[in-house]
Amino acid sequence: MEKSLVINPDKCTGCLQCELACSYENEGVFNPSKSRIKVFTFHQEGRFVPYTCTQCSEAWCQQACPVDAISLNPVTGAKEVNESSCVGCKVCTISCPFGTINYNQSSGKVIKCDLCGGNPKCVEACPTQAITYVDADQTGLDKMRQWATETDNSSSTNTANA
Amino acid sequence: MHYIIVGAGPSGVTACETIRKLDQEAEITLITGQQEPPYSRMAIPYLLAEKIPESGTYLRHNNEHYTHLNINLVSEKVTEVNADDNSLSLSNGQSLSYDQLLIATGASAISPLIEGIDLASVHNCWTLEDARRIAEKAVAGSSVVLMGAGFIGCIILESLLKRGVHLTVVEMGDRMVPRMMDDTAGGLLKSWCESKGVQILTSCQVSSISETGDALEVAIKGSETLSADLVICATGVKSNMSFLENSSIELDQGIMVNKFLQTNIDNIYAAGDVAQGLDFSDQSWHIQAIQPTAVEHGRIAAINMVKSNSCEHHGSINMNILDTMGLISTSFGQWMGVAGGEEAVLLDKKNYRYLKLQFKDEYLVGVSSLGHTQNIGVVRGLIRGKAKLGVWKERLMKDPSRLMEAFLASSMSQA
Repeated sequence: MEKSLVINPDKCTGCLQCELACSYENEGVFNPSKSRIKVFTFHQEGRFVPYTCTQCSEAWCQQACPVDAISLNPVTGAKEVNESSCVGCKVCTISCPFGTINYNQSSGKVIKCDLCGGNPKCVEACPTQAITYVDADQTGLDKMRQWATETDNSSSTNTANA
Repeated sequence: MHYIIVGAGPSGVTACETIRKLDQEAEITLITGQQEPPYSRMAIPYLLAEKIPESGTYLRHNNEHYTHLNINLVSEKVTEVNADDNSLSLSNGQSLSYDQLLIATGASAISPLIEGIDLASVHNCWTLEDARRIAEKAVAGSSVVLMGAGFIGCIILESLLKRGVHLTVVEMGDRMVPRMMDDTAGGLLKSWCESKGVQILTSCQVSSISETGDALEVAIKGSETLSADLVICATGVKSNMSFLENSSIELDQGIMVNKFLQTNIDNIYAAGDVAQGLDFSDQSWHIQAIQPTAVEHGRIAAINMVKSNSCEHHGSINMNILDTMGLISTSFGQWMGVAGGEEAVLLDKKNYRYLKLQFKDEYLVGVSSLGHTQNIGVVRGLIRGKAKLGVWKERLMKDPSRLMEAFLASSMSQA
């Protein structure tokens, strides 16, 4: 069974270890601005919400890519950016309704979560188990994903990964 | 069942793939008017910048992709559609019969009717062949005049500069990219371009082009005559549907379709830049001519062709992202605002950053931006999801940059 990232914002303390681990693993630097997982702060509610790609089945980014640079990893279920094919046109960044694929100005390519090939570093780094990587049917991200896709007419007949 | 798809752009290719997924037995013919493998225009600027080879523009990278999917690829122009007997004629004189037909012939660049527009050193920037010709002439030290500071004009600026040319842009409108920018954004973009050494002439128009020896003389209404080695014409596009003039298919600005992307003829559908499809924001019918819409059309039309109108299209959001020499701009939905709506603006002129949100009641209906790229996709999520903003409306009015938080808050409250 495929695993997925499960995020429980109630457990997040806003320490940003996940962002550091992600940017180090993927970009070789400790730089939260290069992280593919982001922790959003809700000051009014005193709440932190880590957020990254849900690897949604609609794969908006993959569908929108004009040069076939995003593909499904059949083992992890992640949608991965093939750096050598990506031309940096950024169409995927406006197509993803979750805002989780982003342009990286220094490489001229887009970046997104690829689940670190099945060993997500954000999970290892999280001291409070706010981010876990488990077999799960109904994760928090799934619910969020459902909400966003129900609003789109094409979800019921999606064939991107059929 | 024989499906014929005319046009091998993103819409046509997506449609073929979708049909194959839904019907393993179908006979699928994909007709392309060009001699190249299906490619993406979106990649042409990167080809001109020599970041990728020609093969890097191909829509699908596996050479055997179409063979594997048992799609019959035909390189011919369609000259006529005969809806009465479900057939179409090809430029080689052959005729093909279909059960279901999808027209996804896209658009072509158009040129203004001015003297000299047909000269050998005047090119559009639309096809791979155009790109090859531009690459030949746009060499270091040469002078280039670019007609049109719209989306295509702007997106090739960086490529042209990288080639080392002296560049002048002539735009008829009073600002750059009028279709996705207001005065403020257009003005900022203009000063950005000028700071990079590109001369931008707005409210000016090329009136004629003539040859003097090896060079071109470009006469400009509103400015002085320029000498150039190459003129690139990026003044607009129009739908490719002239081959349908004698058919019974209803045409307007593009091919008229219903919510299933079906034309007035039951077994003929249209998709992409040739289809006058439904706009999500105002539920009007017009041509958006953007990649995501082309793909969406192709997929939905294909589903409806195979599974008799089972997938209704609720409209595509008009959206664009444009990189003009490193300054990234976006526009979504009703970025120009709506009657009775409200707007929130964040402007940092010095750093070329601009973010303008448009609301109608409690909903976000449009956004335009300069220099804001992180998580920008949530704008689509918020507009498309018709996310009720609640307290976040006021928060966004105060600080428009908190779009992602607004999205998370709405999605969590509704999850």
